[in-house]
Formats: sequence, structure tokens, C-alpha cells
Amino acid sequence: MRVALFITCVNDTLFPGTGKAVVSLLRRLGCDVDFPAAQTCCGQMHVNTGYRDEGVRLARHFTEVFAGYDAVVAPSGSCAAMVREQYPKLVRPGSRGAAAIAEVAPRVHELSEFLVDVLKVEDVGAYFPHRVTYHPTCHSLRGLRLGDRPTRLLEKVRGLELVPLPAAQECCGFGGTFAVKNPAVSAAMGADKVRNVLDTGAEVLCAADNSCLMHIGGTLSRQRTGIRVMHLAEILAATDEGTRP
Amino acid sequence: MSTRHSGAREEILGRIRRAVEGAPEVEIPRGYRTTTDVADLVELFAERVRDYRAVVHVLPAAAVPAKVAELVAGRRMIVPAGLPAAWAAPAPDVDPRSADGVLTTCAVAIAETGTIVLDTGPGQGTREQTLIPDYHLCVVGAGQVVGGVPEAVARLDPARSLTWISGPSATSDIELNRVEGVHGPRTLEVIIST
Amino acid sequence: MSATFLGMPGDFPKNAARAVQDSQLRYNLRKATHTIRGKRAAVVDELPDWRELRAAGKAIKDETLRHLDRYLVQLEEAVTRAGGHVHWARDAAEANRVVAGLVKATGETEVVKVKSMATQEIGLNEALAAEGITAYETDLAELIVQLGDDFPSHILVPAIHRNRAEIREIFLDRMGDAPPGLTDEPAALAEAARLHLRERFLRSKVAVSGANFMIAETGTLVVLESEGNGRMCLTLPETLISVVGIEKLLPTWRDLEVFLQLLPRSSTGERMNPYTSTWTGSAEGQDFHLVLLDNGRTDVLADEVGRQALRCIRCSACLNVCPVYERAGGHAYGSVYPGPIGAILTPQLRGMSSELDASLPYASSLCGACYDVCPVAIDIPEVLVDLRAKAPHGAAERAGMRVAGWILDDQTRLAKAQRAAGRLRRLVPRRLPGPLSAWTDTRDLPEIPEESFRDWWEREG
Ligand code: SF4
Repeated sequence: MRVALFITCVNDTLFPGTGKAVVSLLRRLGCDVDFPAAQTCCGQMHVNTGYRDEGVRLARHFTEVFAGYDAVVAPSGSCAAMVREQYPKLVRPGSRGAAAIAEVAPRVHELSEFLVDVLKVEDVGAYFPHRVTYHPTCHSLRGLRLGDRPTRLLEKVRGLELVPLPAAQECCGFGGTFAVKNPAVSAAMGADKVRNVLDTGAEVLCAADNSCLMHIGGTLSRQRTGIRVMHLAEILAATDEGTRP
Repeated sequence: MSTRHSGAREEILGRIRRAVEGAPEVEIPRGYRTTTDVADLVELFAERVRDYRAVVHVLPAAAVPAKVAELVAGRRMIVPAGLPAAWAAPAPDVDPRSADGVLTTCAVAIAETGTIVLDTGPGQGTREQTLIPDYHLCVVGAGQVVGGVPEAVARLDPARSLTWISGPSATSDIELNRVEGVHGPRTLEVIIST
Repeated sequence: MSATFLGMPGDFPKNAARAVQDSQLRYNLRKATHTIRGKRAAVVDELPDWRELRAAGKAIKDETLRHLDRYLVQLEEAVTRAGGHVHWARDAAEANRVVAGLVKATGETEVVKVKSMATQEIGLNEALAAEGITAYETDLAELIVQLGDDFPSHILVPAIHRNRAEIREIFLDRMGDAPPGLTDEPAALAEAARLHLRERFLRSKVAVSGANFMIAETGTLVVLESEGNGRMCLTLPETLISVVGIEKLLPTWRDLEVFLQLLPRSSTGERMNPYTSTWTGSAEGQDFHLVLLDNGRTDVLADEVGRQALRCIRCSACLNVCPVYERAGGHAYGSVYPGPIGAILTPQLRGMSSELDASLPYASSLCGACYDVCPVAIDIPEVLVDLRAKAPHGAAERAGMRVAGWILDDQTRLAKAQRAAGRLRRLVPRRLPGPLSAWTDTRDLPEIPEESFRDWWEREG
């Protein structure tokens, strides 16, 4: 199957390791992965901060880049939700770009959705002998409604011990520019999330979104907790031969 | 005193018409339950009323008068007109401010929510009589119990003033903990006559 | 909506930052919101048809709003036919004038009040005071707020920010007839309020209320409550004045079968609230006046995205699940409508010309928990994002967003920026200057990689 990878601007720029993990994972599962080089950003930050015109421009750019692919995979619940849930509301039906959005949006999948629903695999042949807890980020949970897909994948990873995160469904406090526009509340939410992570005794905190992990991980690191954060793709890409955390 | 002539009415209606012009029409999907499938209405009703910390007795009709007599003994009760004479002697004119309690029946009762509805009809007293005394004894006939809210709404007459009662007066205003007994009757006792 | 409520002067981030520091407040809010969350979830999950009820509730409200003019006229006819009087008020000042006039016509100088959001919104108590009329709040939480010279911080439980010990203090200090040995047991506090208000109920000749629902077809008003103070106010006085927002309408009596399930379960987390009263016109021989309030609602109605906020039945479920509300508290929103619904309603009713009102659409991480629990499916995140596009933006932010948009618009520019960042990666300080210090005050920055994904792909993908 020919799959286009929408890496997302945050992963592209700050977390290339996640992108590499997606590539190696999908290739291992027999996919022919393409990275359309013209891709940039889904426009979420602009739209959600109140800059709709810039956002619409980026949305149009996205649909042009990814038109014609059977499936687009994004290692980010939040960016996939942006395209699938928010794009159709952004451009009124009938106006420029609306048809292209209606075309592309349904074919965009978050990574765990793609694995479980399209490739129909749960055991991806990964090996990761560590104690892991999983934070279901808000846009994965309530936007895309990923449900237990990510944890089903994690449960099949050999050697991995999955421990439940208390109050998992609560927002970590990232919220895009919310983190800098309302820093006090964002930090308070982050601190509570970190306390719950610590309570699990996990070595690794996993999520399907690096932007939330950047916030929680930044807090974990500032507090010198020693707990690492890892994107779901990186754990699923890990095998006996390597990709150590 | 009417503001009909102040122009407010016409202006507000005009603003509304301009605001909704061209808005799409709306279909109302009523896929929810309009009848409630309950195996034993009386049992569920009793359980749900008890959940509100009200006292509930389930008795055959023949045993009701004795139970009522026992419960009202020693209490100065308001007994509105329209109740079976066997329950208690009518005493509709007792001043609610000095009464210890009130005895009524109801218009309908809802099993799923443990609710009693009064409509000021026969045997139900006035709104004031069922509000001010501290003790409310309500006799509900098994045939008055319906399954859910939709069945109750269908049975009730909107032209009458209704009081839906679900347990004793309560407040959750202090730390969201439920405390029974503020301004309405602090004790609600229900006899279900089967 | 007038800006009579100014609980706090600053913008939301500043107010919230202060609130976050208040550990007692944090504790009170956390305890209360978590308690109610659990109760709500239990009684909602118990119904097999919650989804269908929610869909019906949403559609009934939308249909009402679509033909609001027609339904209001129908309501007016029905109320009038039943002996009631209907008044229309374009704004807060007009509504206050009408109510004050009605009270004065009775010759009374005191009124008892049932908790009502609409009368708080228009600042009725203050307006009546200016006319020499004293309004006594009778809801326990409102009483706590009124005695404490405080502002409400929650729709359903206005004194949610107070714990039992603080409430005891307020009663002992301000109630006058509080028993000297008063403990902080909730039952004892409730008893003190009962005794304090009893005589007032029995004496009062005029009551002011709001309403949860008005039925167009029958002219019936509906009030849901817990304590019985509502029944006291609706039943005993000779004159009853109800101030109700024009959006509180339902077309038919039957529609109550939906809303009397949605509202109690969503608000107090009970299968049914202790008391619901319905009355039609002056059926009980009272002199009944209904004041229909616009006060900005028709502006909200004119906004295609924002109008869904008018579906709100004020259950407060969205407040109780909101992680921002839980930490910032209700006062930070500077409005009688706090929490997620406040963040979308206040800027629409009041506009966004003040710093505070312009900051409200940003008082959310867009986590979506509010939308999930809303019994009438108001997509609060959607409205927030829409309002953000209309909100005024600071010059520096605008410039930054423009540059970011320009870079992200083109892969070559993005690649160049990434390479520049990679080269400068060692120079990034642990603490960033300016507005970005908001990030590094509590969080470390991720390490900037030497090579972006796209450059790696180019090289060996
Ligand atoms: S917006 Fe929805 S959840 Fe919030 S108070 Fe209104 S009806 Fe309730």
C-alpha cells in the first residue's frame, strides 16, 4: 500500500526521530511510504489562535499536497483531528477549496487508527522491555475518538508493561498557544499530570502527540524526575535489534 | 405599566427576525424512550425514592388506613378534602404554619426517578399546605406509578400548578454534599398502596 | 449585557494566575468539581438513551431559536390568556426599570428572590437598591454570597469557592440571628439558613424569580430547585415577577419530557432535583408578571456559529469538567457566567472591547471535555475558535503569526528556517526572554535536532 506521510511541522522541525520511527514501522509492515516534500503545516496553531486567514491558506496548501493519495498518515492526533474535524468547518461548503477538503480529509489517519483500522494489525512485532504509561491526548480522545487503539497496540509489544495513568483523560494543559497565553493554569495542569505520571512508577510516558509530550516532558525534565517521554511510533518501531529509549 | 407600547416588543421581534433570516429549518429526532420498560414499577419506584433518603412503605391497600393512623398519631396534620375517609378524618383548615405535617395522595409518580407529582387536585391540598409543614406523608396508589418522565408528562395537565417532589428538601450548596432539609418538608414518607 | 459584574479587574490570565496561587480555593474547587463529576457520570450512564435525549434536546432548542419570534408571541398570548402580564425588555436597564416599577406599584420595599442567572446578569439587586427596594436572596449559596459581600463563582453553586469553615464564619459574622454555637456541619449551616429565612418567606408580599423553561404552547413556566426556597417564593407572595431570557423557551409541553431528564442529571447529578414547580399565568390567584429579556441575546442569535450558545440550559456540567475552571475558579471570568459557557457567552453578550472580555475566548486549552458533557451538544471549542478569529490581537503577536505563516507557507522557507535553527541549537538559552519566558518558567525546552526530518528524508529516506 502506498502511503503518504504527513509528518507535521512540529515533528519535522523538533522531533525527526518520531518521523523516522514511523517510516521504519510502516516499511516493516509492508507499506510503500512517501514523503511529499511540499508539505509544511496543517495550520492548527493559526486557526486555534485566531488567525483564520493564514490557517485557511495552510489548509489549502495541505489539500493540494496530499490530493491523490489513498491514505495519509500523521503521527499526531491533534493534527489529524485538525484536518478531519476542523477543516470542513473552516471553509464554507461551496467556496474555494471546500471540495478538495471534502476529498482529502476523510483519508487522513492518525497512526494508531491507520494501523488498527486500515492495516488491521495490533501486534506490530515490537519489543520494548520497559514500564510504560499512556496519556491519551485530548484531540485523540475526544476529537478523533481513538478509544483503546493505542493501548491495544502497546499491550501487544513484547516485554512492555503497560501501567494505567490515573485521571488519564484530563488535559495536560498544553493547548497550543494556551501554554504561553495562560501560563499559570497551563503549568498547574501540567503539574497535576506529572504527579499522576509519577504515581504510576513508569519509566516512560507515551502519547500519540509530541506537542503534548513537549509540555509534559518539559515539566518532567524541569522537575528532574528522570522519566522519559516517547511518541507511540518510537515504541512501536523498537525491536530486539535496537531503537533503545 | 405594560411595556407593549414602549416599542421593546416590536424591536426585539424585529431583531430576531433579522437574526434568523435564512437559517436552516430543523428536524427533531425523538429517538429516545417514550415508554419505559420496567419489570416491577412499584419495586423500582420504592428503591428510587429510598435513594433520596425518604421513608417508604409498600403495603396492600387494606393495610393502608392502619399505617396512616399509626404515622399521624400525635401529629397535628393537615388532611385535605378528597382523601378516602378510612385514612384519616378530613382536616383541611389546619393552619400550615402550626401544622406538624400534611397527608396527601398524588397525581402521578415516576418509578425511574423516584418522583411524586402533585397537581393540587383532590386529596393533594394546596401548594402552601404541602410546603410549609415539616412532614409530608404521601400515599401513592400502585396504578399511579409510571415508568419514566415521558409517561408522566403525558399524563399531567399543564393548566394546573404542578409540584414535582423527589425526596425531601435538600441542598448541595456546601461543598456539593447533599444535605436533607432546608425550606421544604424535611421528612418525606411514602406509602405505596398495592 | 451590561458590565455590572466586575469580580476582578484584570484579564483572564492575570486573574487566573492569582487564583492558582490560592491553595484553599484550589482545594475547595477540586473537591467540589470532582464530586459532582462522578455523580453526573453515574446518573448519565444509567440512561440507555442519553445520546438520543441529547440529540433531541439540541434539535428542540435549535428549532425554537429558528422560530423564536413566533414562539414568543405564542407564549405571550398564552400567559395573557391565563391572567398574567407580559413585559419586554431590550436591555438590562429596561428590565430593571420594569421590575422596579412593578415592585413600587405594590407599595412594598422588600422582595424575596429565587436564584436566577438573568437577574444577576442585569444587576437587578443593585438597581432595586438604588430605588430603595431591598432584595433578599433565598438560595443557600446565594445567601452565602450576599452575606459575604462576594461574587458568585459558579452557575449552580455560586459559593463553590467557599468551604464549610468559611461559610460558618460568614454566617456568624453577618447573619445576625445565627446561633452562637453554630458548627461547620453542612446540616447545621443549612438549618441556620432555614431559620433565618423562614419569617421572611411568610412575610414577603413580592417575589422575583427566573425560570428554567417557558412553554410557548401553554404559557407555563418551570423552575427546578433543591431547597424549597423556590417553592416558598413562587407560592406565598401575592405578586410574582419572573425575569426570563428570551431563549429559555420550549415550543410544547411535551418537550419537557426531554429537558426534565437532561437538566437534573447534568447539573446536580441526580435522577431528579428535589423540587420542580410549574405554573401558568395567575392560575393560583397571584398577580403574575413575566419580563422577557433580550440584553444582547438577539446579537448572539445573529451569529451563525455563536448562536448555539443560546441552547444552554445552565446546567453547569461544562464548568464541572473544565480543567481550566477547576484551577482558575469562577471569579477569574469576571462575569456571572463563568467556565466554558461563560467564555463563549460573555464575549458575545458584552462584546470584546475590554481586555478581560477579549481574553475569555483564550481561557481554554480546547480539550473538548465541555462539549462531551454538554446536554444540548454546544460545540464550545468550535465557538471559542470562532471568537478568537474575531478577537482583537496584539501587534507583536500579529507580526509573529504573520512571519510564522509566511515561513510555513512554503517548504523551502521552512527548510531554511529549520537549518538555521539546527546551526544555532547550542545557543538557545535555558530560559527564553519576552513572552516565551511563559514557556521556560516551568518547562524545559526540547533539544533542537541537528537535522530536520525533511533533510534526513532527502539524504536517505
Ligand atoms: S453550555 Fe452546556 S454544559 Fe455548559 S451550562 Fe450550558 S447546557 Fe450546561
